[in-house]
Amino acid sequence: MTTSSKYRDLVTSYEEDLQLFRTGVSKFWFGLLVVGLAALPWAAAELGGNYLLYVVNLTAIAAIVALGMNLLLGCAGLISLGHAAFLAVGAYTAAILASRLGFPFWLTVTLSGLITGGIGVIVGLPALRIKGLYLGLATLAFQFIADHVIVNAEQLTGGANGMIVPAPTLGSFAFDTDLRFYYIAAPLALLMGLAMANLQRSRFGRALVAIRDSDVAAEAVGVNLARYKTLAFGISAAYAGVAGSLLAHYMRYIGPDHFTVMQSIEYVVMVIVGGPGSILGSVLGAIFVTWLPEVMRFAEEALRSFFPHLVFPDLRAIVMGLVLILFIAFEPEGLAGRWRRIREYWTTWPF
Amino acid sequence: MDTLIQASLSGIALGCVYSLVALGFVLIYKATGVLNFAQGELMMVGAYIYFSLVTQLGLTPLLAFGATLVLAGLLGALIERLVLHPLVDEPPFTLVMVTIGLATLLRAATGMIWSHDTFAFPSPISEGAIDMGEVSVPLVDMWTVAVTVALSLLLFVFFHYTRLGTAMRAVAQNRYAAQLMGISVDRIFTFTWALAASLGAIGGMLLADISFLHTNMGFIGLRAFPAVVLGGMESIPGALLGGLIIGLIESLAGVYLDPILGGGTHQVLAFVILLIVLMVRPTGLFGATLEKRV
Repeated sequence: MTTSSKYRDLVTSYEEDLQLFRTGVSKFWFGLLVVGLAALPWAAAELGGNYLLYVVNLTAIAAIVALGMNLLLGCAGLISLGHAAFLAVGAYTAAILASRLGFPFWLTVTLSGLITGGIGVIVGLPALRIKGLYLGLATLAFQFIADHVIVNAEQLTGGANGMIVPAPTLGSFAFDTDLRFYYIAAPLALLMGLAMANLQRSRFGRALVAIRDSDVAAEAVGVNLARYKTLAFGISAAYAGVAGSLLAHYMRYIGPDHFTVMQSIEYVVMVIVGGPGSILGSVLGAIFVTWLPEVMRFAEEALRSFFPHLVFPDLRAIVMGLVLILFIAFEPEGLAGRWRRIREYWTTWPF
Repeated sequence: MDTLIQASLSGIALGCVYSLVALGFVLIYKATGVLNFAQGELMMVGAYIYFSLVTQLGLTPLLAFGATLVLAGLLGALIERLVLHPLVDEPPFTLVMVTIGLATLLRAATGMIWSHDTFAFPSPISEGAIDMGEVSVPLVDMWTVAVTVALSLLLFVFFHYTRLGTAMRAVAQNRYAAQLMGISVDRIFTFTWALAASLGAIGGMLLADISFLHTNMGFIGLRAFPAVVLGGMESIPGALLGGLIIGLIESLAGVYLDPILGGGTHQVLAFVILLIVLMVRPTGLFGATLEKRV
């Protein structure tokens, strides 16, 4: 006991290394996080009212996608340029189940996750034969094909007109305001984050990291490449599917132009900016990418005097592109890596 | 029958544009190992540069064409120097991410400078068409095919009979051995990007002439990916043939499949082909087998 109190970060056994919360301190911080998240709406109401809460909700949904994307990109080293399409599959599944068949909310979310996960496995199948880079092309193809199906399968998806989705209900209680929805989105994001943390320290997560570092070597030590790659793709898609169904229930309207290639790229940016392979990174990346455009709205007017053709999506795309390149060049570990280094600096200060 | 021939002819012209974009793509991939997602955007920027040179500076078509090639080449070289050169030893995965960022950046910057409106392209080629029996071929299409054939021949001569071309092939075969033979790999990389951007600009000008000048042209460039994969990622003849096949299929599907499966099917079909090729024969028609050493 004395050793572990003296050297706080020293791991003395495999069991200890595998624990979710290694120290009482991390349990404390997690508890504080839960309390903080529960209290957040009041702070938000003080600061910016419903608009702020709306952005917070979107952040929670984006964080779920980023968590799934990070499993694929950060842990397994597989590229997906089609995550917006998975989001669309989840959203439309939820929309069809809820508005046509009247399924309850908890069931539509679960089913959206499962169905999208299944489709993810199918789309991930090319990953077995091809290297990571080609997979980017395969998922890009999936994105375009999904777009096309959504617009053309009008009987099922409403085509270009989109679909109306009911607000989630529990008994007679409807989660139809920003505040009420927050208490669905935030706990769900937290739960899925915890699940991801558990997944990453399991045999599965470690196998994925082995695949990322060298798939040939991983196979040589007995990792079943085919199984783990498709499973990673499936789980990642399932996360996007859950987020998609949340988005559908929150927006209460979905159309084909909600799920574009640009959005798929933004999920990639979240992982790169946040920090590949890190749970904290996924969340930080989701916060960064969701909040950056909101902050940029202030810069928009000033820039428009120089570029009269400037429209907001362009400004957003330019900043996303720049951020992506700059982070890859100067901060490959992302915000999470920066945070870790700041913390290390202060724990070892003044050395 | 006439519809078939007509659709095939315009498919060949479209296919030539895909071939040119695919060619620039293969050049970069072969020489530097970068999967360049921004090739379609380079094509688009080239077309816009020509547009501005003609409509705003009032240059003659030939002068504007030459200036566009130079400017696009400079842009390509600049991108390589500023963005990719510092990251040259990073894994391919990272470099792909960077080109995705570049593509986003270029498309948005183009929209910011020239707006997202659709422009008619100030074409030096007259509107007319040549009638051959029941079929009429627009002059633009003929020019496109002629330019593509001429460029392919020029490139063939360049790669096989000039010092620089041979050096580029050497770098593509083995970067380190080439360096040991006294070839400046840095310079070859920069030149490759310049060449690819110029080729892309030619494709862009032809495409803008066939259809319109629009910021979505970059997405059309993405459809050169199926062409590249179909031909085999590292094969120049493969890229040319792949482009032709994709163009033909798209054009024919536009006539025969769209009425059945809904509008826009022909635009997606290329990606369906991409998926099938990746699953059945990931190395494409002319590709070498993949092998990897630990």
